[in-house]
Amino acid sequence: MTGSRLPDGGTGIDRGQRRTFDFEGTVVSGFAGDTVASALLANGIDVVGRSIYHDRPRGIFSAGPEEPNALVQVRWAGGISEPMLPATTIPIEDGLQVRSLAGRGRLELPESGTDTGRLDALYAHCEVLVIGAGASGRRAASNARTAAGSASISMTALGIYDHGYVTAVERRPTPTTEGRLWHIRAGRIVIATGATERPIVFADDDRPGVMLAGAAATYVERYGIRPGERAVIFTNNDTTDAVTATLRGAGTDIVAIVDARRGDLVVGTTGDDAGRLTGVRIARADYRARSTAHGRPDAGADGDDLERIEADLLLVSGGWNPNVALWAHARGTLRFDERIAAFVPDRAGPHGRIEVVGAAAGEVEGLGDIGPTWVVPPPGPATDDAWATHYVDLGRDSTVQDLQRALGAGLESIEHVKRYTTIGTGIDQGRTSGVVTSAIAAAILGQDVGAIGVPTFRPPTVPVSFAQLAARNRGALADPIRVTHSHPWHEANGAVFEDVGQWKRPHHFPQAGESVDDAVLRECRAARTSVAMMDATTLGKIDLQGPDVGVFLDRVYTNTFSSLKVGSCRYGLMCRADGMVFDDGVTSRLADDRFHMTTTTGNAAAVLDHLEEWLQTEWPDLRVHATSVTEQWATVAVVGPRSRDVVAGLAPSLDVSNAAFPFMTWRDAVIAGTLGRAFRISFSGELAYELNVPTWHGLALWEAVLAAGATFGITPYGTQAMHVLRAEKGYPIIGQETDGTVTPQDLGMAWAVSTKKDFIGRRSHRRLDAQRPDRKQLVGLLPTDPRIVLPEGTQLVAPDADLTVTPVPMLGHVTSSYDSAALGRSFALALVKGGRERIGQTVLAPLVDRVVEAVIADSVLFDPENRRRDGEPQP
Amino acid sequence: MLLIPCPHCGPRDETEFKYGGQAGIAYPADPDALTDAEWLDYLFLRDNPKGPWRERWVHAAGCRRWFDVTRDTLTNEFGDIGR
Repeated sequence: MTGSRLPDGGTGIDRGQRRTFDFEGTVVSGFAGDTVASALLANGIDVVGRSIYHDRPRGIFSAGPEEPNALVQVRWAGGISEPMLPATTIPIEDGLQVRSLAGRGRLELPESGTDTGRLDALYAHCEVLVIGAGASGRRAASNARTAAGSASISMTALGIYDHGYVTAVERRPTPTTEGRLWHIRAGRIVIATGATERPIVFADDDRPGVMLAGAAATYVERYGIRPGERAVIFTNNDTTDAVTATLRGAGTDIVAIVDARRGDLVVGTTGDDAGRLTGVRIARADYRARSTAHGRPDAGADGDDLERIEADLLLVSGGWNPNVALWAHARGTLRFDERIAAFVPDRAGPHGRIEVVGAAAGEVEGLGDIGPTWVVPPPGPATDDAWATHYVDLGRDSTVQDLQRALGAGLESIEHVKRYTTIGTGIDQGRTSGVVTSAIAAAILGQDVGAIGVPTFRPPTVPVSFAQLAARNRGALADPIRVTHSHPWHEANGAVFEDVGQWKRPHHFPQAGESVDDAVLRECRAARTSVAMMDATTLGKIDLQGPDVGVFLDRVYTNTFSSLKVGSCRYGLMCRADGMVFDDGVTSRLADDRFHMTTTTGNAAAVLDHLEEWLQTEWPDLRVHATSVTEQWATVAVVGPRSRDVVAGLAPSLDVSNAAFPFMTWRDAVIAGTLGRAFRISFSGELAYELNVPTWHGLALWEAVLAAGATFGITPYGTQAMHVLRAEKGYPIIGQETDGTVTPQDLGMAWAVSTKKDFIGRRSHRRLDAQRPDRKQLVGLLPTDPRIVLPEGTQLVAPDADLTVTPVPMLGHVTSSYDSAALGRSFALALVKGGRERIGQTVLAPLVDRVVEAVIADSVLFDPENRRRDGEPQP
Repeated sequence: MLLIPCPHCGPRDETEFKYGGQAGIAYPADPDALTDAEWLDYLFLRDNPKGPWRERWVHAAGCRRWFDVTRDTLTNEFGDIGR
């Protein structure tokens, strides 16, 4: 194919604006308005890439998004790379770099290392949405003009979803990546997406130089290009009449018109060393007797009667498929219309909201009487690979031979055929191959095309990048980041952060030259021997008000809260109705009709939702209001035997004596000059306080605690030390020791489960399964070698287990595992079948490279008598 | 994306809601009176019809109210809205 630019013409290009880009190291020149494909054609470049599996040269087959062949990787002048785009849809720009693809692109970052593409999303509502800018679309838009006015926006619809929801992508042709994803809610939708030409399948139908007939006319009219010098037209309908005239007007010599309706067929092509089209092999009328439209395409001619015509362009038209993908997205049904030999929207569909007009509805102009022709049998004797170059899907390198294999394997559903052959799974979504595939399958199976149908259409209609779908929600904006008021201090003091839900929490505060393990041991030691402090702001907090809060909490928690005295706190466990532990926390009574609930950090929103659901749907009679106050309070935990001294210094008016302010109580207090609340609760077993002040004063409180504790060497600690301290005491962390299959009894917390009232989940605890003695139970675990810290998640097996016979029966798994300063050794928590009965027994922990022995212990390994919670025990 | 008719706020995008499954599954008045099998039925077993059914939604990113609504599982068209 020797394309060239005509001296004038081209409605889509601006000959006053020259543009150059790089194609495989060659500078290619074109005009503003050219696509990569049209510019390549204008410069006589006909081989654009090689096919994905068979490595065959491929050229430009179409002039639009149906392109299965000319797929390229681009790098825009702005540096952004896009891995796999049809050359027929890429507007050219100065500085654009284009590379051939063998079917697969590569994700590449720009040289700057960051993706600077400007990708947005926006939301719009309209009364009527017309999709399609052709004559039918413009007419529909004109008819739909409303009092509110109308707008025409150049974008591509990607999909139609429920209730008039449409996504569309708008690309701005600039030297960088700029795009907007539109989310449109339309009252009514008019689909005017036109029709797409389809090929006829024959031997060696994939050569550069073989092109859809309508595309050739588009290159002449829109781009002012003569796509070839000597053309053969292979058609079965009247739309090629206009193409013939247009091509002749552009100076192309139409050397033959092979009309299948007269019984003439193109049976194959010849090519040069590079694979380019050099000639067309034609069989005249009587050949047709052996390949009727719906006949079995298995009879071959002997090849003697073939005529060869030299040509550099073969224009094919096998008819036009209405573009029904969007209609089908909305679950509109299709029927095969013999009149145009294509699938059309079935107007009996249930979609009053959606209308299809014009060619998309099957009104293909100029089609004439189509003679359905799908495939031309190979010439010559039947051989094993006679159908091996009859390409059906050029993008996937799938042939009639692949189809025969699929059907021969018994795959008769067109959905199965699609998946087996991969036909229609390329980026063109089977635009040129889909219906042809169904028709060939129908012929082979001896069924009607309409009965075979086409595979389900799914969004998106054109390739769209994940980055575009994410739009601004990328990088730092991918998910909200929540930080506490003291966060700047943590950052300035070297905290290493971890993500807990959306929160950034200090994991530990390493000092110069200190390892993670050393830092955590130091932080733990401070909490057990002197005093340490932690930012506990992220704990979920829910304010509960109303006369029935006590009753409500009795139903929500496994234990009783209605009897809690004002000024006191209680640890509570929450289950779902299935009886599995859902959350825990300390809840305090602020007044007769007011409680302050705390939840785990990651579960705060879920707990509030849980409370709301039960209040609204089961117990609307209860007078309770639940409000999240997590962000209203900044919380600092002051932990350790010297914490009382620190709090005394911070809150001089508060009587901190054990008698006046005992364990599991709270007090209003002026703390560091601010009215707040002090809670005497402990997640470490040590004497400890949790100080709450309004968030505005959070950093001030943090710094005041630091100052007040300075004489005791107060030590900030992070979540890792918190985890170690609580694990030494056997306190579970919901979501770490539990996984939605663990009951309070499994955790050894039957003491927190009331037997005197109903609560959410109680009935489930009575199920036989909940009472099996071999349920996994929470226990401590001490590796025989005290230096070994078992990886969390390690499976545990019996000491006599045969590790060579898989699967090895599992006894349980490690849920938490640490080195402990207080114990002077490693330890773990584990869920073990019948674990409490196994205390003292040895189990094995098979690791990747060795098997470690460990002894099962009580889950409380440190201070089991709780002698430390009021301060350093007196001897 | 469904357009869900919140009885309090009007039609809103599905992303503002959380789903609550089949409507009308009341917490049993006396759970202890139920056999394990009956309790399992309450906890887990739900209808799965093709066609209209009654389901629950909560307008989580809006008024935060739960409501019942009829939806045709075949067409996704909404019918009667409850409160």
